[in-house]
Amino acid sequence: MTAPLIGARVQRKEDYRFLTGAGMYTDDVALPGQAYAAFVRSPHAHARIKKIALDQAKKSPAVLAVYTGADLAAAKVGGLPCGWLITDVNGQPMKEPPYPPLAQGKVRHVGERVAVVIAESLAQARDAAELIEVDYEVLPAVVDPVKAKGAPAIHEAAPDNACYVWALGDKAAVDGAFAKAAHVTKLDFVNNRLIPNAIEPRAANATYSRAEAGYTLYVASQNPHVERLLMTAFVLGLPENKVRVVAPDVGGGFGSKIYLYPEDVVVTWAAKQLNRPVKWTAERTESFVSDAHGRDHVTTAELALDRDGKFLALRVRTTANLGAYLSTFASCIPTILYATLLAGQYTTPLIYCEVTAVFTNTTPVDAYRGAGRPEATYVVERLVETAAREMKLDPAGIRRKNFIRQFPYQTPVALCYDTGNYEATLDAVMKMADVAGFKQRKEESLTKGKLRGLGYACYIEACGIAPSNVAGSLGARAGLFEAGEIRVHPTGTVTVFTGSHSHGQGHETTFAQVVADRLGLPIENVDIVHGDTSKVLFGMGTYGSRSIAVGGTAIVKALDKIVAKGRKIAAHLLEAAEADIEYDRGVFKVAGTDKQKTFGEVAFAAYVPHNYPLDKLEPGLNENAFYDPANFTFPAGSYVCEVEVDRDTGATQIVAFTAVDDFGKIINPMIVEGQVHGGLAQGIGQALTEGCRYDSTGQLVTGSFSDYAIPRAGDVPLFKLDTRETPCTHNPLGVKGCGEAGAIGAPAAVMNAITDALGVKDLPMPATAQTVWRSMHKAA
Amino acid sequence: MHAFDYHRPSNVKEALALASRKDEGRYLAGGQSLVQAMKLRLSSPTDLIDLNAIGDLKALKAESDAVTIGAMVRHAEVAASSGVRKAIPALASLAGIIGDRQVRHMGTLGGSLANNDPAADYPAAVLALGATIVTDKRKIEADKFFKGLYETALGPGELITAVSFPVPKRAAYMKFKNPASRFAIVGVFVADFGGKVRVGVTGAGPCAFRQADMEKALAAKFAPESVASIKVKADGLNSDLHASPEYRAHLITVMAKRAVEAAMK
Amino acid sequence: MSVKVSMKVNGKPVAADLEARTLLVTFIREHLRLTGTHVGCDTAQCGACTVLMNGKAIKSCSIVAMQAEGADILTIEGVAKPDGTLHPMQAAFKENHGLQCGFCTPGMVMNALDFAKSHPDPTEEEVRDSLEGNLCRCTGYHNIVKSIMAGARAMAGKP
Repeated sequence: MTAPLIGARVQRKEDYRFLTGAGMYTDDVALPGQAYAAFVRSPHAHARIKKIALDQAKKSPAVLAVYTGADLAAAKVGGLPCGWLITDVNGQPMKEPPYPPLAQGKVRHVGERVAVVIAESLAQARDAAELIEVDYEVLPAVVDPVKAKGAPAIHEAAPDNACYVWALGDKAAVDGAFAKAAHVTKLDFVNNRLIPNAIEPRAANATYSRAEAGYTLYVASQNPHVERLLMTAFVLGLPENKVRVVAPDVGGGFGSKIYLYPEDVVVTWAAKQLNRPVKWTAERTESFVSDAHGRDHVTTAELALDRDGKFLALRVRTTANLGAYLSTFASCIPTILYATLLAGQYTTPLIYCEVTAVFTNTTPVDAYRGAGRPEATYVVERLVETAAREMKLDPAGIRRKNFIRQFPYQTPVALCYDTGNYEATLDAVMKMADVAGFKQRKEESLTKGKLRGLGYACYIEACGIAPSNVAGSLGARAGLFEAGEIRVHPTGTVTVFTGSHSHGQGHETTFAQVVADRLGLPIENVDIVHGDTSKVLFGMGTYGSRSIAVGGTAIVKALDKIVAKGRKIAAHLLEAAEADIEYDRGVFKVAGTDKQKTFGEVAFAAYVPHNYPLDKLEPGLNENAFYDPANFTFPAGSYVCEVEVDRDTGATQIVAFTAVDDFGKIINPMIVEGQVHGGLAQGIGQALTEGCRYDSTGQLVTGSFSDYAIPRAGDVPLFKLDTRETPCTHNPLGVKGCGEAGAIGAPAAVMNAITDALGVKDLPMPATAQTVWRSMHKAA
Repeated sequence: MHAFDYHRPSNVKEALALASRKDEGRYLAGGQSLVQAMKLRLSSPTDLIDLNAIGDLKALKAESDAVTIGAMVRHAEVAASSGVRKAIPALASLAGIIGDRQVRHMGTLGGSLANNDPAADYPAAVLALGATIVTDKRKIEADKFFKGLYETALGPGELITAVSFPVPKRAAYMKFKNPASRFAIVGVFVADFGGKVRVGVTGAGPCAFRQADMEKALAAKFAPESVASIKVKADGLNSDLHASPEYRAHLITVMAKRAVEAAMK
Repeated sequence: MSVKVSMKVNGKPVAADLEARTLLVTFIREHLRLTGTHVGCDTAQCGACTVLMNGKAIKSCSIVAMQAEGADILTIEGVAKPDGTLHPMQAAFKENHGLQCGFCTPGMVMNALDFAKSHPDPTEEEVRDSLEGNLCRCTGYHNIVKSIMAGARAMAGKP
């Protein structure tokens, strides 16, 4: 008999290797005959390439090859595809300009790859890369998305630099509601551009075997199967069966390692040309200019209310910066994952959102932790808090007045929430955060020369984009299911193969808990394998907090098949009817008797089928399943942030942060808390310290950790967390997902707190000390 | 990093001889700035003359009237030195907040001064304490050492061997950190020598400088209110993403006030 | 220019002919193939490359290998007992879920080992200060702080 594992704080199976230096990240992989790549990158945001002089580089010591865009074009290497087709307001497909892995004719952002040098050592590759002389004709650049229309065209395919104008909702009805509203709250703001900065830089190491006529690519990726599919089918035109993609230990992703990147394509292609393994690992300064960035919305948002504070309508206009090229999922972030979340936790009956997505001379923008949902939450929660202040209503009270209370709930922006209890998380967070005692704390702070403020955020998230056919009708060019396989070994131990990928989330533990719990086995008898296309049957990978809800469910479905087959085998072994066999915690029993076979005995019988119904049943005990969810899951929660602002310097300190989340059923509370902590820190980073900045010529001003401040230990407090639980209604585990919640809810909570402390309507993010000081200075 | 030749002299004489032969050579102290710059290929010396094996540069002597610190003494050693903590506690605590723990285990006083980063901490203390920079050739007054952005009074090949800090009656350092680099956006070191007060400011200008108005006001009365209303001119102060000249000017006053408060505790 | 370097790494004497420009971290990772020491940035901010040199935490990306000539270097691979039992600081990280993706972890543990020697029962604030030179993007530092507080106490033999 084993204790239940679902819901237990099980320590992680993966920790030992990470704590002893035995992890194997992509850059740790050293292959026989290893060669090294260094990329030459554009120093200009927008320029025509007149000439590239390669002679010196080619003659440099130990150089194996130098390639440019011309070499790739000659080899018919294609451009990078975009995985989501958005149809614009006029029914036209979005503009999809080519995205060549190495620049052809023009460069469109600082850091774009112009050439690659491959040499015997990394130092030699870099030495040679310096010798490449590129003659540029510099062109005018545009970095501000609002100025993109009308700026010189970046792509021929998009003469006005617009990729699409897209809208959701009934504009006329919304405008009508605004005309009659008792109160309208309006905010103009920028959702600041962020640079993901997983601590492991991106890396790729490709090798080609002439004997097998096949490639192996080790790559820091969140979804190796998607990487393989995109690279083989769309870019290199290779047979998928001849390409193995391995995403070994990956040091954080946060979205930035979802995408197919040019460097991955180039090293893979070059490995065959040179018949040598070719490795590239980003230096951090390369990461800053070449990893897909996040957010970067310029928004005007308006909320119409009646005189009692009931929401009547929401109107949002956003210009979204896509950067210089369409990254893999760029197009769906400011649309499908943004506008659909604008109902938040509220019954707002009418919502209209219009999004203009533009190209600029900046690094491509794509999903970053939360992806669209933090932007939506920021719109809704800043508006709601501001409306409460303007109407002199209690900010918690105005939220309660508008909470959705009946489920399922169909929002006016396409989603149907299956379940939730928003009042419960708000009640809990207010108690935990001692909102009642805030007034007194505010007075105490004042005696120390500090302004104290309190802010709420009540967020909604949508995890596990689904179902595939609906997503397909909205433009998705990929499936959105997940795959899992349960391989039971003859002695009854289990290896699980999942298409989800773990890069910090702890799947090796959480998924093992699910399997061990369901089968009634010790957790030591269950191992999880992920991240290798040659081992895992298929997978869509990890993004959008989908792993447990979609990947976990695929595993559960495969488990059900294992138990079903096990019952057939047990029925035979126990000479009973299959209908009478029950499975309970590791034992197949004949109901109402003491006749039983253990899981191990049944597994053994399946692999040594001497006493086995071979006429009716295949031997072996191995099942797989593909799961395509019926709907998104909808985690939600309520956050309260308290800040102290130093009146002299403008420095803001988060003095308390309380979060109560509803993630449905929780498999491992320890891991879930860790996910929330990390998300909160990234959300606090967006609000307080992180802001990607380009100068007007397109040079990245925040190009290293010396200028771009991701939170350090001293920037965040100990967090106070709790959960409430409304199980998801449409997956067997009742789970919703937790990976992005913190990053979604935190920015609005922090900014609501700072604006409360200062008594101002709005403040730009990041609210650095200087920004806050300026605001106080202006007020004074 | 570009290729270079590496040398490891065992005494000052050898180091100087190497420097005189290698025009494009650089002394390597802790390497916490130089190696970084070389990695980013912003600096490409032909030769590195590593001072780590020179014992003479590692002495630390705290006496009642002065603290003398060898050029190769690490920040962490200064921070932990009981002698420094007793004689000039503000200097020890300044050394204890340079960079981060790991940087403090490598970075040296001499390296910091020779590099003269506009946002480094030590220059504020050197100026405010009226320290003397001792080189292989001469003794340089603090006021004549810092010449501009990354520019000092050191001649080609001239090597800092030690720095001598007079012991003040009381002193304190206050630093407002850059949220990303953790260097000083503004750092103010205030030293009271009993009737004579010196105020050193770092992070705010092209190199560290003294703040005369504050020195005068504090000499008249060493109290926070003496500086609180002094408005520093923003002209010529640094401007970057993190702080405008106006904001830096404001922070000089705030940090000075807080330094005086701390010195009086 | 090639130079001869020798030092002790995890208790074992090692020597090599290297290009003078070889960083200590490159020597450790590429020559000794001890890949537990990581490189997360090129501006000495992230601390993933932290090792102990003569007992003190330093950033191995910020010095050339020759600066460690004759030194005693400890990397994450040398921290657990020879039989594989985790060091109390490593165990504290595991027990407190002080790591997620694991990439910053070796640097965190190495820095904490050094810090804990002088701080047998550190406060939360002292621990946060000690992490000025170590970046983590996964944990929000919450459980790292708890791990180091617990690990330091365990090293000092306190409950």
